Amino acid sequence: MMLPYLALAAILFSIGLFGVLTRRNTIGILMSLELMFNAVNINFVTFNKFIWTDGLVGQMFAIFIVVVAAAEAVVGLAIVLLLYRNWQGIDTDHVSVMKW
Amino acid sequence: MTEYTFLIPLLPLFAFIMIVFFTRWKEMFSALLSIAMILAAWVMSVVILIETLGRIDEPFQWAYKFVNLPNFVLEIGTLVDPLTAVMLVVVTTVGACVEIYSVGYMHNDPRFSRFFAYLSLFLFSMLGLVVANNFFMIFIFWELVGLTSYLLIGFWFEKKSAADACKKAFITTRVGDLGFLVGLFMIGIYFGTFNYGGVFEIAGSGVIPAGILTAAAIFVFCGAVGKSAQWPLHVWLPDAMEGPTPVSALIHAATMVAAGVYLVARSMPLFVTSAEASLVVAIIGLITSFMAASIGLVQNDIKRILAYSTVSQLGYMIMALGLYGYDTAQGHHSPGFYAGTFHLMTHAFFKGLLFLGAGSVIHAVHTNDIQEMGGLARKMKLTAPTFMIASLSIAGIFPLSGFWSKDEIVAAASHYPIFLIGTLAIAFMTAFYMWRLCFLTFFGEPRDQHRFDHAHESPKNMTYPLVFLAVLSICAGWVGLPWIHKGFATFVYHGEAYEPHANYLLMAISLIVGLSGIYLAYLMYYKKSISADAMAEKFKGLYKLLYNKYYFDEIYQKVVIDPVMAFAGLMWKFDANVIDGAVNGTGWLTIKWSDIKEWFDTWIVDGAVNGCGWVVRQGANILRFMQTGSMQFYALFIAVLVVLFGLYKFEVKFLKIGWPTVTIIFILGVTLLALLTRITQIKFKANRRTDGEE
Repeated sequence: MMLPYLALAAILFSIGLFGVLTRRNTIGILMSLELMFNAVNINFVTFNKFIWTDGLVGQMFAIFIVVVAAAEAVVGLAIVLLLYRNWQGIDTDHVSVMKW
Repeated sequence: MTEYTFLIPLLPLFAFIMIVFFTRWKEMFSALLSIAMILAAWVMSVVILIETLGRIDEPFQWAYKFVNLPNFVLEIGTLVDPLTAVMLVVVTTVGACVEIYSVGYMHNDPRFSRFFAYLSLFLFSMLGLVVANNFFMIFIFWELVGLTSYLLIGFWFEKKSAADACKKAFITTRVGDLGFLVGLFMIGIYFGTFNYGGVFEIAGSGVIPAGILTAAAIFVFCGAVGKSAQWPLHVWLPDAMEGPTPVSALIHAATMVAAGVYLVARSMPLFVTSAEASLVVAIIGLITSFMAASIGLVQNDIKRILAYSTVSQLGYMIMALGLYGYDTAQGHHSPGFYAGTFHLMTHAFFKGLLFLGAGSVIHAVHTNDIQEMGGLARKMKLTAPTFMIASLSIAGIFPLSGFWSKDEIVAAASHYPIFLIGTLAIAFMTAFYMWRLCFLTFFGEPRDQHRFDHAHESPKNMTYPLVFLAVLSICAGWVGLPWIHKGFATFVYHGEAYEPHANYLLMAISLIVGLSGIYLAYLMYYKKSISADAMAEKFKGLYKLLYNKYYFDEIYQKVVIDPVMAFAGLMWKFDANVIDGAVNGTGWLTIKWSDIKEWFDTWIVDGAVNGCGWVVRQGANILRFMQTGSMQFYALFIAVLVVLFGLYKFEVKFLKIGWPTVTIIFILGVTLLALLTRITQIKFKANRRTDGEE
């Protein structure tokens, strides 16, 4: 019964992962990250509903993740802003200078 | 005063140190200091002599043991017996005269102070040698007088002949000293002590085998042969005349060369134990004396004549001592010991006077060649008479000192026909060559008018010592008159005191011999009734032999020096080729070895270090592909690893497969992906660069 939920979460996660790995635009990467977070949230809620029914631990965790994702988005957008100031662009290609 | 004998040598040493370190820039002060010290030593010596007169049979001995082992003792000390006391007075008297004389003789010499420093050092050594109470100490001072003799002969070292002469003197005496050293070792080994008293007691007790005693005595005598210029080591003394004349007077006539005689006299208890050794001593003395006197007949250099005379007279003394030892060893009485030491004393005075007089003559005419002199008696009113007094004394004319001592030597030799004839012949030759010298120098017409015109009497500080020594040359012999009951013979003696008795026959013979020698010289060189040249022509071979000093120098050159030089040349070749070759070979090997080590260092050690770096660098070259700087790659990497981990778990936990094949394939795939990424990165960079250029 929980297969459709898990399948939805897996599809959502894969789309997010694909977005993170392929987008050049940093904003797009951040948005894809949100998709992955939400896939995880769905999983938590699903497992809370079907496997661990004694409490609302899954729901609680999902809400925490939403909060943390919001904070993370703030930090991420700040970084993006600095990237733009320094490189006049927000493509990830620009920030690949930390290497051998 | 006798307790303070050790101070006597130290006084000149003090002068030496003061001159060398402090007063050498003040020349006259140096000379005066040195003279003051020797005069003080002279006063002390006279006092000690007087004190010793009062206690003949109890010699004073003082010693400090500076090496004190259970079985072996080395001492430094003084022994004062009549022999020592007499020698002290002789050395200090002649020393004082020579130092005063030197002030005049050496004036204007650029190394005036140094001369007095050397003289003081010599007097220190000589006096130390005289007062020593053991063989070890006498050997130290023995070598010190050898050193100072070397320094003083070579005092005018700018002259090549002087530099050669001092080397010759030093090396020749070393040959004898080597024998002395061997004798010392024998004494040290067989007697166990160096102290005179100890050695003589053991020698007299008969504990030591006769052969050892003979060998030890002969080896000790070797030292005397070198130092007293006895045949066959006499060759250095005539050459030593290259030194300043005061030096010749002090060292090579009166004192140092007498050290050998003194040594034999001092070691007499050793010699009387061995008739053979004593006979060797006597024979060498006779040979030396005869040979040197005959060479002296024909020489023309005033100082060389005196030098050969010295050698001859030293041979005389040595012969007398040897005969004494020979007689005593066989139980006879003999005046030899007393005669030898007596002659040692009188000879020191008149031979010192002769040398100083010769120095005065040389000072006046600036030549050594008596053929260029003549008639000088008219110009040198003090030098000539004093010189003639000494010549009379050495010729053995009554009643001068030489007569008494020479007479005793003749008496000592009188039991042995060969020795008696030898001594009389020597006495005749001595009288002849001394008066040949006198007549040629002081009488007749000047043969070099220019030199004669410039001749002048020497200053007072040179002539006064001459007068003083002339008085001694007359009177010194009177202490040993055979009619005096307690004379020299009862003062200086060995064993039992010898009472000399006047042998009028011998006295008459020796006097006649001396006078006839003078008369012959008078005929040949004053009246010229016998032509010297005709005589030389008549005995041409003999004359040439004597004139060339029996060719000893040439023989030594051929027999000793040339082989030594050849051997040295051989050694030099050995040195240059083998030793240097070994050294250079070692160097070459070292260089080659370090080449090998350099290779090892460069390739193995550095290779290991660089190899570590290289491995790390190559590993990093592979691993650094991971560090692309692209954060999406990192994200991919994490995702892939998570998937890999899940896959592995799935395979192992759920499918129970031992070998996670899919995972490995997956890892290989990921690695391939990484390499591809690397290539794309390089391509990307290349593109970027070209973009930038455009």
